[in-house]
Amino acid sequence: MSEMLTIRNDTDLLEEEEHHSLRGREFGFWLFLMGDAVIFALLFATYVVLSGNSAAGPTSQQVFDLSHTAIETALLLVSSLTFGIASLAMDKGHGRAVILWLLITLGLGLGFLVMEVLEFRGMILQGAGPDVSGFLSAFFTLVGMHGAHVAMGSVGILVMIGQVMTKGLTLPVRSRLNRLGLFWHFLDIVWIGIFSVVYLPGVM
Amino acid sequence: MLGRLTIEALPFYSWVAMGGAAVTVGGGIAAFLLITYLRAWKVLWTDWLTSVDHKKIGIMYVVLALIMLVRGFVDALMMRAQQAISLNNEGYLPPEHFEQIFSSHGTIMIFFVAMPFLTGLINLIVPQQIGARDVSFPFLNSVSLWMTAAGAALVLISLVVGKFSQAGWTGYPPYSGIEYSPGVGVDYWIWALTLSGVGTTMSGINFIVTIVKNRCPGMTYMRMPMFTWTALCISILIVFAFPALTVVALQLWLDRTLGFHFFTNGDGGNMMMFANLLWIWGHPEVYILILPAFGIFSEVVATFSRKRLFGYTSLVYATACIALLSFTVWLHHFFTMGASANVNAIFGIATMIIAVPTGVKIFDWMFTMYRGRIEFHPAMVFTIGFMVTFVIGGVTGVLLALPPADYLMHNSTFLVAHFHNMLIPGALFGYFAGLNYWFPKAFGFKLDAKWGIRSFWFWFIGFYLAFMPLYALGFMGMSRRMEHYADPNWQPFLVVAALGAVFVLCGIICIGIQLYVSTRQWGSSRDITGDPWNGRTLEWATSSPAAPYNFAVVPTVTDIDAFHEMKMRGSAYRRPERYEPIVMPKSTGLGVVLGGLSFVMGFAAVWYIWWLAALMLVLCLVCIGIRACDDTSEYVMSAAEVEAIETAWLSGITPADMHDMRDFEPRGAASGMTLSGRAL
Amino acid sequence: MDHTDHTEHRSLGTYLTGFALAIVLTAIPFGLVWTGALTGPAVYGVIAAAAVIQVLVHLVFFLHLDFKSTPGENLFFLAFAAVLICIMVGGSLWIMFDLHHRMM
Repeated sequence: MSEMLTIRNDTDLLEEEEHHSLRGREFGFWLFLMGDAVIFALLFATYVVLSGNSAAGPTSQQVFDLSHTAIETALLLVSSLTFGIASLAMDKGHGRAVILWLLITLGLGLGFLVMEVLEFRGMILQGAGPDVSGFLSAFFTLVGMHGAHVAMGSVGILVMIGQVMTKGLTLPVRSRLNRLGLFWHFLDIVWIGIFSVVYLPGVM
Repeated sequence: MLGRLTIEALPFYSWVAMGGAAVTVGGGIAAFLLITYLRAWKVLWTDWLTSVDHKKIGIMYVVLALIMLVRGFVDALMMRAQQAISLNNEGYLPPEHFEQIFSSHGTIMIFFVAMPFLTGLINLIVPQQIGARDVSFPFLNSVSLWMTAAGAALVLISLVVGKFSQAGWTGYPPYSGIEYSPGVGVDYWIWALTLSGVGTTMSGINFIVTIVKNRCPGMTYMRMPMFTWTALCISILIVFAFPALTVVALQLWLDRTLGFHFFTNGDGGNMMMFANLLWIWGHPEVYILILPAFGIFSEVVATFSRKRLFGYTSLVYATACIALLSFTVWLHHFFTMGASANVNAIFGIATMIIAVPTGVKIFDWMFTMYRGRIEFHPAMVFTIGFMVTFVIGGVTGVLLALPPADYLMHNSTFLVAHFHNMLIPGALFGYFAGLNYWFPKAFGFKLDAKWGIRSFWFWFIGFYLAFMPLYALGFMGMSRRMEHYADPNWQPFLVVAALGAVFVLCGIICIGIQLYVSTRQWGSSRDITGDPWNGRTLEWATSSPAAPYNFAVVPTVTDIDAFHEMKMRGSAYRRPERYEPIVMPKSTGLGVVLGGLSFVMGFAAVWYIWWLAALMLVLCLVCIGIRACDDTSEYVMSAAEVEAIETAWLSGITPADMHDMRDFEPRGAASGMTLSGRAL
Repeated sequence: MDHTDHTEHRSLGTYLTGFALAIVLTAIPFGLVWTGALTGPAVYGVIAAAAVIQVLVHLVFFLHLDFKSTPGENLFFLAFAAVLICIMVGGSLWIMFDLHHRMM
């Protein structure tokens, strides 16, 4: 009897500790995002400083294609919405809907990545690789860094689909999903910066 | 297969390089044999390397810092020796070797001495000061430690395999670009910085979350001890400043490895952008190093003056001001790059403004000492030595903050003297004070005071001998980083500076002796109560060394000097009616493994062994994945176990061990009678 | 359970509002640049304004930040990050363009 009691006590304690720890994790993840925002801010600053330095290479007007960017923007924006709907499904506890909407989000994210890779490939093939000029170095680093984040986010979505399937919508899984959602929306915010600072002024 | 790693990487080309390699390898072998002789491998692994206890991680950080201090100091000694003799001759060091030495000296002292030292002390003390049982993310803490150690190991191995950077600790392009530095040195530098930078950033996040979320009941922000306040401020600085270092290191790496053009001479690169980004990180970094020391001085000065810290609120605001202002002055590191008068003037003024809150602090400490009952403990002596010396450095700093004056002194030994004048008293003396002050908290016995005082005097005199001549030499026109020179007027000053380095060497030896002697006599200097100095803040409420969970019962705080208040009210050392079980993090070897993997990854990337670097990266991700899926990283320590530990400590305390608190009761000046009212 | 207390603040309505606003705020600058309806510095002004407003829209409608339910420390660090980013980016651009100007 008394043994039973201690076991229950311990589980309660661990659970209480888990709540506390998840709160800490969400705050810590927020701090990480702020640091990440500084990384992007400085890459933006570098890009603006170097954007006119196309040396002997092509200028931004010659390499940017605004319709391509518009489709990329649409993909990311819709993926933010679908991730939001996945979060709503999670709040309601609908595991299957969460998985479905995460898969759609993943598809949109991968679509974005494919478009970006095609853009990079096309630029490199036409002689506008990152080793051509300061402008292109800064462009590839900034946009590529964002793309790498989207790729990491996509891996995260895959992992979370797996966790929802195997573990269900437990407390830690929901907390992780919330954090991944923050990350995904954050990347969309960075993309606003990219099309406003890189592509739109670049084609003018 | 092995990239550009060939047998020529081994240092058989010069006697000095071979000597350095031999000492490094010999030191490693000696440590290995000693541990084997003591049969300590198992204990080392289970109790230390795999531990996620913040106190043990803190101790390991400090040990790393002390080892690297010796390595960095040997560099300093070699430079001083070279400059003392190299009037109109080559001296004993060839130029490329001298360049490696000053580059590694700066890199080591900043990244692998100061940073681990302060991170270690914060780890050890802050959770105890805020009444917490651990940091928020114990596993992340272990990863941070081993990432830092991996960076340090890269610097060490560069002595044996290949060469270190010759581009100075700041690594300015274009010299650090692939065109002018085609070897592996700069890559060692980049990877050492990056690995330790990642570790530091994670520590910063960890400490912020710990301090914001894990404070005990009653510990409001304005009741946090000063050291915790400084830890919070520098953690914020770390989270926001280190990304700049990551960015600039990434860009330089891309330039060198993939032929990008961020900082190259031609093709649209802009090398001044490197200076700009580096110092966006670099200036906050200076305050990251100094503010924790200010926190330590605040604790020490209050404890050993037997008074409440004067102007606590102003110290908090001064610290916060410095933290914000530290982001607004970075251009003063490159006034001479050719910006217009407006730019230089704004940053010059901002730099002078930042001296004001620092001055406020000096006054606060002096007023704390005023009419206090000062006890000249080594920690206090270091503090007083700091106050005297730091003011000189501050004044020369304000001088350098004037752009026209800076044009004369830029890159001269005056600058070298100035920043050593800030960092040796301002940071290192603080860490040494912390070492003397908190050593009993870490190990349960006190450090020998006699050798502590001796080490202080050697450091203090050595500092003045080594750096005052450099101020003069700067005015005489000597540039920094000169391998040899032709002006005979300089030599006497450089000989005195070398003598100063010898004094500092004695200071380091004294610290070694102090540690040795204290350990030999540990039985006679045990700290039974956990409060050897009649301390005021909460870390003294735990046993020494503190139990794994720090506090059996989480305390409730009602005052700034929480533990002092408890002792005055007589509520210290009280046993609770019953003990509760406590959730503890489990030890894990994954932190060490991640550190090891990232070390190999860095090494492989330096030598262009790309398959190995990629493999290590994948393995790192696998480790992270394993950890992420582990939902059982904690266990519960039973109430009986807690009770056994607590009883063993509390029953060892006799009333004779406790401090007499009657001295602190306010008395009438004339009558000597106890007055009613609040005791401070 | 305050780490999941934003559940009640988010609904399909907020996401759709945010989405619609984001589309409008994206369409305006794209349209301007595409059609060339506006030229000169004014375009940059519109692009910048649309971007800043859209960032705020995302923060409010997708990240669900508000002054009631979001923990104070999260807002503090967001504000601090915003200030520092302004200092770092603004300072860098000022320094580098000033230098560029003098090097011409």
